[in-house]
Amino acid sequence: MKSKIGLILSREYTTRVRKKSFIIMTLLMPALMAAMFILPGYLMTRDDTKERTIAVYDGSTILLGQLESSVYTKYQFIPEEEYNKIKDNLKTSNFYALLVIQPNVLNTKTVQLISTSNISFDVKNEIQNKIKSVIEKEKMAEVIKHTGIPDLEAQIKSTKTSISVNTIKLGESGEAKKSSTEIGMILGYVFGLIIYMFIILYGQMVMQGVMEEKQSRIVEIIISSVKPFELMMGKIIGIAMVGLTQLVIWIILGFAIISGARGMMPAAQHAGTAQEIVAQAQIANQAPAQLDKMQDILSMLGSVNFPLIIGCFIFFFIGGYLLYSSMFAAVGSAVDAMEDAQQFMLPIMLPVILAIMVMASAIRNPEGAVAFWFSIIPFTSPVVMMARIPFGVPAWQLALSMLVLIITFIGMVWAAGKIYRTGILMYGKKTSWKELGKWLIYRS
Amino acid sequence: MDLFSAQEVTKTYSNFKALSEVSISVPEGTIFGLLGPNGAGKTTLIRIINQITAPDSGTIWFQGRKMKSDDIYRIGYLPEERGLYKKMKVGEQALYLGMLKGLSRRDAMRELKIWFEKFEIISWWDKKVMELSKGMQQKVQFICTVLHKPELMIFDEPFSGFDPINSEIMKEEILRMKKEGATIIFSTHNMESVEELCDHIALIDKSKKILDGPTMNIREKYKSNIFDVSYKGEFSKIEQDFGQKYSILSHDETGRTNSLKIQFLNGSSSGSLIKDLVKHVEIVSFNELIPSMNEVFIKVVKQNS
Repeated sequence: MKSKIGLILSREYTTRVRKKSFIIMTLLMPALMAAMFILPGYLMTRDDTKERTIAVYDGSTILLGQLESSVYTKYQFIPEEEYNKIKDNLKTSNFYALLVIQPNVLNTKTVQLISTSNISFDVKNEIQNKIKSVIEKEKMAEVIKHTGIPDLEAQIKSTKTSISVNTIKLGESGEAKKSSTEIGMILGYVFGLIIYMFIILYGQMVMQGVMEEKQSRIVEIIISSVKPFELMMGKIIGIAMVGLTQLVIWIILGFAIISGARGMMPAAQHAGTAQEIVAQAQIANQAPAQLDKMQDILSMLGSVNFPLIIGCFIFFFIGGYLLYSSMFAAVGSAVDAMEDAQQFMLPIMLPVILAIMVMASAIRNPEGAVAFWFSIIPFTSPVVMMARIPFGVPAWQLALSMLVLIITFIGMVWAAGKIYRTGILMYGKKTSWKELGKWLIYRS
Repeated sequence: MDLFSAQEVTKTYSNFKALSEVSISVPEGTIFGLLGPNGAGKTTLIRIINQITAPDSGTIWFQGRKMKSDDIYRIGYLPEERGLYKKMKVGEQALYLGMLKGLSRRDAMRELKIWFEKFEIISWWDKKVMELSKGMQQKVQFICTVLHKPELMIFDEPFSGFDPINSEIMKEEILRMKKEGATIIFSTHNMESVEELCDHIALIDKSKKILDGPTMNIREKYKSNIFDVSYKGEFSKIEQDFGQKYSILSHDETGRTNSLKIQFLNGSSSGSLIKDLVKHVEIVSFNELIPSMNEVFIKVVKQNS
């Protein structure tokens, strides 16, 4: 008998991909993500383009003339006579705010900013920094005057140190590689999370698809043409392809949005490609520290074994999805309604949720016993192992984990097929665990 | 020749016996009624024919050889509990089901066009199934069942959900397909349509076959020597004389001619009944009453319990 999986698969795929909800979700998700990143930046740039003048009454005279205007914020010092007048008529005056510096500011370390509207965080920050630096300078001058050390300022500056820890990992051949915990953490987290989301979202989609066929009673018509196992696998694979399509579109849109966003955000210019930064740095001959850091990141990225990570990602992605979606399919076949599905859902969801919790600790301690065992147990390994891989996992552990996963998902697909075959034709009865066990041992 | 036969088929679900050594033979080009009370095992047998489940023991024959898995493409099955994908469009869905039965896209398209034009439902093609009424959905399902021109068609309660006009259309289609050589297994509780359509029947009760054969023979077999007589004369004369040999079931003296239903008891025959009758009255008509399938069904199933 010629297999009809291809036909079933393409129906499962096309009906879902053409759904409005799929198209909207696929396009909206990156837009939402983009909005989350772009909007604040965009709003900030808009905010900054408003010119404003702040009236400054300096009772201490320390700061007189010392507050330099920035691009959009101007400072205008006012004499004492005008102070009350402006304070009373702040709303009608052209001033954005009134900054009041008391004579004893050096002791109180407090200034007042009076305004009729809400002061933006940026403005407050700017004023704070400016006053702080003026007062620090003032105090420094005082100290220099007292101690008589003329280059005190430079000396103090030279004591300021920042330390960055470059983690070096010794490879098997003994060569030292610069590795990065941060990059490992980010990659591990992202890959683990994608697998987690995929299992939950698309596994449940499989379950709903099975239930739809059962509830609408079309299933008996279909399995008089194809084997139940073919129907189940066609559905599982078809839905996997829906998910992959969505993932690929998100990646493409994500790249498009990121590159588009870079043009829009002035602040993001610093995050340009390494070459750009190198070029900028050379031209301007400044920011050598930044250049250094960039090269560090580049060398760390170079140390990440991307072919291995991507290969493993694809393997665990498919393996984890097959394992869970076959369980979801079995549950969908066993129940008549969504309410009845709950009792079977919990035992399936528990290991997935456990996996995401263990992942968080595995990222912090990728070599620990917890991380090891949960990356071998097949029900959690797709998520937990993915979180460990960017840090480097011994080959035997990886092989063992993969082998256990393969054996488990083959066994699970087989078992699910048996339950499914019986379940899709069972109506009316509320299925118990005992019943499921019986279906497992039915002869075909 | 038998197109299909099942030989001593047994099927057990955990501790429940659904079929117990059931054998049926379906001659080619006939309509075969598969009858039985609810839960007798009909659906199990139908599912075995469709290879949805496999029997524990017994053999299934198709066209004189053991049934192969490929044979399901030559069977069309309309289950009793049937449905379609609610959110899928009618045409697309019919095409999909046709292709699942082994038709190429082009062949399925061509056949669908013929059927949709015949039933004047071309305008439904792009409608979602959930926009159709139940009867309309049944029509689409009927088309999907016969689209691939199967040699064996299995209809389980095909007329449920149809109005009388559409029932008639379906009946005509089934008879036309029979005439064109198709073999049909027909399962229903509607005994009138069994009398009307079925050449052969088999009755299954409590997982066993308890009766089978040509429909007419079975009705003959279950006749109980009841005659419907119209006569001119007085009923009282008959009544006086007939007490010992015959049992009078009913009589009616209100019509143009009088009539009575009479059953003869042991050791009598229709010939002696006529002789006895003409002594007293003038016979206008004399008919033997053949039991309806409904009566046969009830009688046989009651006896079996």
